[in-house]
Amino acid sequence: MQVNETFTPTIVAFCCNWCSYAGADLSGTNRLQYPANVKIIRIPCSCRLNPMFILRAFQRGADGVILCGCHPGDCHYTTGNYYARRRMTLLFSLLDFMGIERERTRVEWVSAAEGAKFAATMNDFTQTITRLGPNRRLEDLRCKVE
Amino acid sequence: MQRIGVFVCWCGSNIAATVDVETVAQTLAKEPGVVFSTDYQYMCSQAGQELIQEAIREHRLTGVVICSCSPRMHEATFRKTVEKAGLNPYLLEIANIREQCSWIHKDKLTATQKAVILGRAAIAKVQLNAPLTAGKSPVTKRALVIGGGIAGIQTALDIAEAGFPVDIVEKKPTIGGKMTQIDKTFPTLDCAACILTPKMVDASQNENIDIISYAQVEKVQGFVGNFSVTIRKKARYVDEHKCTGCGLCTEKCPQKKVPNEFNLGLDNRRAIYIPFAQAVPKVATIDPNYCAMLKSGKCGVCAKVCTAGAIDYKQQDQLITREYGAIVVATGFEPIQLDKFDEFAYSQSPDVVTSLEFERLMNAAGPTGGTLLRPSDGKHPHTLVFVQCVGSRCDGAEKGKSYCSKICCMYTAKHAMLTREKYPDTEVYVFYIDVRTPGKNFDEFYRRAVEEYGVHYIKGMVGKVTPQDGKLKVQASDLLGGRQLRIDADMVILAAAIEPDKTARPLATMLTASMDTNDFFTEAHPKLRPVESPTAGIFLSGACQGPKDIPETVAQASAAAAKVIGLLVKDSLTCNPCTAKPDELMCNGCSSCEKVCPYGAITYVDKSFRGPNRTTLIRRVAQVNPAVCQGCGACTVACPSGAMDLLGFSNQQILAEVDAICR
Repeated sequence: MQVNETFTPTIVAFCCNWCSYAGADLSGTNRLQYPANVKIIRIPCSCRLNPMFILRAFQRGADGVILCGCHPGDCHYTTGNYYARRRMTLLFSLLDFMGIERERTRVEWVSAAEGAKFAATMNDFTQTITRLGPNRRLEDLRCKVE
Repeated sequence: MQRIGVFVCWCGSNIAATVDVETVAQTLAKEPGVVFSTDYQYMCSQAGQELIQEAIREHRLTGVVICSCSPRMHEATFRKTVEKAGLNPYLLEIANIREQCSWIHKDKLTATQKAVILGRAAIAKVQLNAPLTAGKSPVTKRALVIGGGIAGIQTALDIAEAGFPVDIVEKKPTIGGKMTQIDKTFPTLDCAACILTPKMVDASQNENIDIISYAQVEKVQGFVGNFSVTIRKKARYVDEHKCTGCGLCTEKCPQKKVPNEFNLGLDNRRAIYIPFAQAVPKVATIDPNYCAMLKSGKCGVCAKVCTAGAIDYKQQDQLITREYGAIVVATGFEPIQLDKFDEFAYSQSPDVVTSLEFERLMNAAGPTGGTLLRPSDGKHPHTLVFVQCVGSRCDGAEKGKSYCSKICCMYTAKHAMLTREKYPDTEVYVFYIDVRTPGKNFDEFYRRAVEEYGVHYIKGMVGKVTPQDGKLKVQASDLLGGRQLRIDADMVILAAAIEPDKTARPLATMLTASMDTNDFFTEAHPKLRPVESPTAGIFLSGACQGPKDIPETVAQASAAAAKVIGLLVKDSLTCNPCTAKPDELMCNGCSSCEKVCPYGAITYVDKSFRGPNRTTLIRRVAQVNPAVCQGCGACTVACPSGAMDLLGFSNQQILAEVDAICR
């Protein structure tokens, strides 16, 4: 418990440019607070997220990774978030296999109008990760980081 | 070696109040590759932009990072700034330290630390940015307007006046929309038909406008400047070119009991019909659900009486595919169904009518010839009760709509006023939650209804309407008087909330245009880009974007037309250069990318490569059409060999950001 109280997790949030990134902006415009642990990376669409990016984040010390995209049916590129959903399902089972807690990765659909949902999601996700504690760092044997 | 410049914006106190901008600038100055770092009050101001340009020239910068507001706000601004200083506009990255940092955190230390990390990520990314040049794509100089109401007509007329061909697709047999059903318009009490029908005729006579009535959009492909749209023109079983609109068939048709949708079912029409006298195009249409000839092959009266030989029972739906540069959505609204509001006895008594039905009852071309008569017994009503906000401003969304329908206060005042003017012996009550009359001459209009015409405005809601002994017993509360009222009314008129047309949702899916939770189309920016959809090349006109009265609709329609004209005058459009790019040496031609591309931007070509021992190998490799690619990146992840990458958001760039954040 003592570890958890001082533990500030590193959280990477991948947000699609059209819905979730705009939703994140909206939560800022509305001054809705969420923890500073969350750092957002803008990608054009949730389907741009290569599962490799998530593995890399875990290799470099991320404690949680969240992908946010448009709601199913609302993708700016029509079908991108459906691809993302399938790929993430596959990745989840890989992460299970590797022994990384299921809760450390999450997919959420946040529209450009859902600033409140974005903030609430990030608050909840940060809480979950804080409860889980630091992640076991994956190692990239191709290029060892000292 | 990279030479990066970092510019930290204060945004007045928006950023500087929670982020220590000086510390951020100083810390980021120590990052590898950074040769210049500074902070300034407003980077987006003229002086701020000049500061950036000067630094680019003086320090020969190869990349620029601006820590400021969201890139959705000023990315385009700053791209132009760096371009003017001679740097490729895509050698710029923005760290969002306002919306995603200073505005969401209160603690200065945490916010500053986060701003530094976001800045680092942007620096890491910009090191890998490549100069990109935007390609050009041609523009088809033709516009499509979906919906032929007043919004669609106005947009089409304005575009046509500017000299561009425009097609109107209307699902009904005639253009004109809801406004054709309205009797008079507030606040001037002009006759709606008198101001609308000349416009309809203008549209039909304008050589640049092609009206495709009784038709629906079936498929939309392509992108801004280059849409390909398939339109299903439904069979009306009448040859449009031969029919003269004489109306003889509509008099002789033996099927007389078809509810007349133009009069909202208040009277009947024939199975072959012209919706109303001023319909455009003035062509008869056979209703296949009621026509005996089409259903059982026995009748054929209309074909016998038609002197023009226009009747064609074998007519089929027609599919038309056309190319367009821009698409305007003008699908309009419809009043909500009132089955969830049975306390007002709408389903129990014909004397409880909606406001639109009341318009028809007051209209000289309506079922009663403009004499106000009760639908139940045809008698003259003496006491009328108007109920406002039926389904508007509801708390829970289950029953009605959370929004204000905006037009009801004004048309109810109009109805009350017209009733009192025509029939001074009537007593008119209006029950309201609030009277909302913002608009030019609107409040004066409402006050005239109260002061000059003696309409009883009562703040309070009607609780229940009970039909009893030929009367409607209205129970209501008078909130200001603090009492319960019981009124024996002859008619009750419900101001039903308005909602987007049912066809809007499937259309939005086809157009990939976004909608809000109420199915109104969302605009690209609620304040600054109110007539454009976030999807490029799609424009919004009229009530499909939100409840609107006629003047607002016309204003928006003309605004949308102006935007369309601005697009169509261009000979070519600058494409988004952030497109997918395959590495031909790695591509094995497996077609994985082609399958996931929603735009069909990927094709395959046979290319020759140098093989072993000076041989030549012919291999099939992917090719991306940069004018068609929209840069979603679906293919980059689908590619099993990792040959596909996205310019501007490459694997290396995103990984660099990940590394910088997790460092």
